Amino acid sequence: MSAPAITRPGPERAATPPPDPGGPRRRRRGAERTYYLMLIPAVLLFTVFITMTGLVGMFYSFTDYAGFGDWEFVGLSNYTSMLGDSRILESYGFTLWFAVVTTVVVNAVALLLAIGLGGRIRWKTGLRGVYFIPMVISGIVIAYVFNHLFSNAVPALATHLGWEAGQTSLLANESWAWLAVVIVTAWQATPSAMIIYLAGLMAVPKDIYEAAELDGAGPWRRFRSITFPLLIGYVVINTILGFKGFLNAYDIIVGLTGGGPGTATMSVAMTIFGGFEDGEYAFQMANAVVFFLFTAGVSLLQLLFVRNREVNLS
Amino acid sequence: MTITDRRAREEDRPASRLRTGLLAVGTLAVLVPLVFAVLMALKTDRQAASGSGFDLPSPLELGNFRTAWELTDFPRAFAVSLLISVVAVAGQLIVSSLAAYAIARNWDRRLFRWSYFYLLAAMFIPFPVVALPQVKLTSMVGLDNPLGVAVLHILFGISFNILLYTAFLRSIPYELEESARIDGCSTWQTFWKLIFPLLAPMNATVGIFAFLMSWNDFMMPSMIIGDPSMQTIPVVQKIFQLKFSSNYNVAFASYLMAMAPTLLAYLFAQRWVMSGVTRGAIK
Repeated sequence: MSAPAITRPGPERAATPPPDPGGPRRRRRGAERTYYLMLIPAVLLFTVFITMTGLVGMFYSFTDYAGFGDWEFVGLSNYTSMLGDSRILESYGFTLWFAVVTTVVVNAVALLLAIGLGGRIRWKTGLRGVYFIPMVISGIVIAYVFNHLFSNAVPALATHLGWEAGQTSLLANESWAWLAVVIVTAWQATPSAMIIYLAGLMAVPKDIYEAAELDGAGPWRRFRSITFPLLIGYVVINTILGFKGFLNAYDIIVGLTGGGPGTATMSVAMTIFGGFEDGEYAFQMANAVVFFLFTAGVSLLQLLFVRNREVNLS
Repeated sequence: MTITDRRAREEDRPASRLRTGLLAVGTLAVLVPLVFAVLMALKTDRQAASGSGFDLPSPLELGNFRTAWELTDFPRAFAVSLLISVVAVAGQLIVSSLAAYAIARNWDRRLFRWSYFYLLAAMFIPFPVVALPQVKLTSMVGLDNPLGVAVLHILFGISFNILLYTAFLRSIPYELEESARIDGCSTWQTFWKLIFPLLAPMNATVGIFAFLMSWNDFMMPSMIIGDPSMQTIPVVQKIFQLKFSSNYNVAFASYLMAMAPTLLAYLFAQRWVMSGVTRGAIK
């Protein structure tokens, strides 16, 4: 079996950005006009559609705008009433819990699979090929498939087997429906985390393992003392990227539970999108601003943690 | 003993066999939902409504696919999805690579350096944060349609793409460009004739991600596109939750048709896709 294409790091492998100063050319004149023309489309589109739009939305969060008609300034009252709104608070609670659990599950499964698939095994290409499949499938479509599995197929099988607890749908269980959302999200998100771990494993020199094996280190010892410490940087990348994505949970929840039962699996994104219903535009914009501060805060904390960690390791 | 022999022997060791076996069993987690979808899609109405759904369909009902095709108006949804994906992929490739090139070659100039960090900041702005005003804006300027969705995909992809492109551009020796310029190429020509082709591996990575994102997305089209008849394939599937909620077999035929394009593309270009996404991971 030949080494699959994935094990080739490629000649382009480069260190981290920011990019270096464009070779030897360090003219102090203004840049050529062409360069401005190349940059303008990206910056302009970005400014109009994201920066300006975000600021306009933020502006409305201080008003009582319903999404149409007149509005008046109401100061911070949208923000203060968020604090007393149990629906909002619960959506933050659910989203955070969901993101933490899914990050842990995805990383554990992805790491396990990457170690398995990175080793000497038969049918390597084929097995990898299968494990990658969920990455190319639409989240909402697979959520519809799992929806049927959870609400019809599993209860029918449970009845057949006489398994009492399985006879009611997981999706109808207010205290456990989140687990279904975690399962489907993990199903879909594991491949991309696995790719990052496989890339990390390729960088681990093989002779270390042979030396450790000769010294009598068992598989668990080799994982704990060699693989994991060498992969820690990749664990960090996966945690940050994954967590950030899971905080935006929407598609899979829509296909699976629709936020229910009740509001048990309502994510923050879902509550925000409800802003056009019930004339809640301004209120949900306040929610969006808080959500932005929340996600940005989480990302910054993670980055700070990583930075401290790097200092400790060196 | 040749290397191949040694390798084959290692693959036959009990530990490796056990590992292969476990991994093979693990693929069931991926395959069961997909096989289940196939089994359901081939059942008759009555079969689909009874039992667990895991029983083999008999008789085979292939008409479900045609019913699903008609109910979802598949050709139209397909055309809309394709339009969004093509524009999003082309736009992400062109807009991001141009901006990344300008930034990488003018890193010593403050404006370009700031633009880099400004564009990168988008990583901290998820779609839900700006969704509501974006719905307003797109409907105001007549972009509450597939084109508007494509534009938003281009925008939300910029930060990650620029990160990938600038890292790659560093590895292209400047001497190459110098010689192109001596031959009389303008900056514009240098980019299109020399740099863009050299970026090919990154273009593949960016293109694959852009395609998967835009093709499979539900959040943006469902929020932005006003006209229900202009919806994408993932969004039109919701009729089976609302209107035709008891036609399980037809719904599953439709889900399979929704999954088919990316799944088939992946099966035929597996090696290429995998190396492309790995390149993104290494960065």
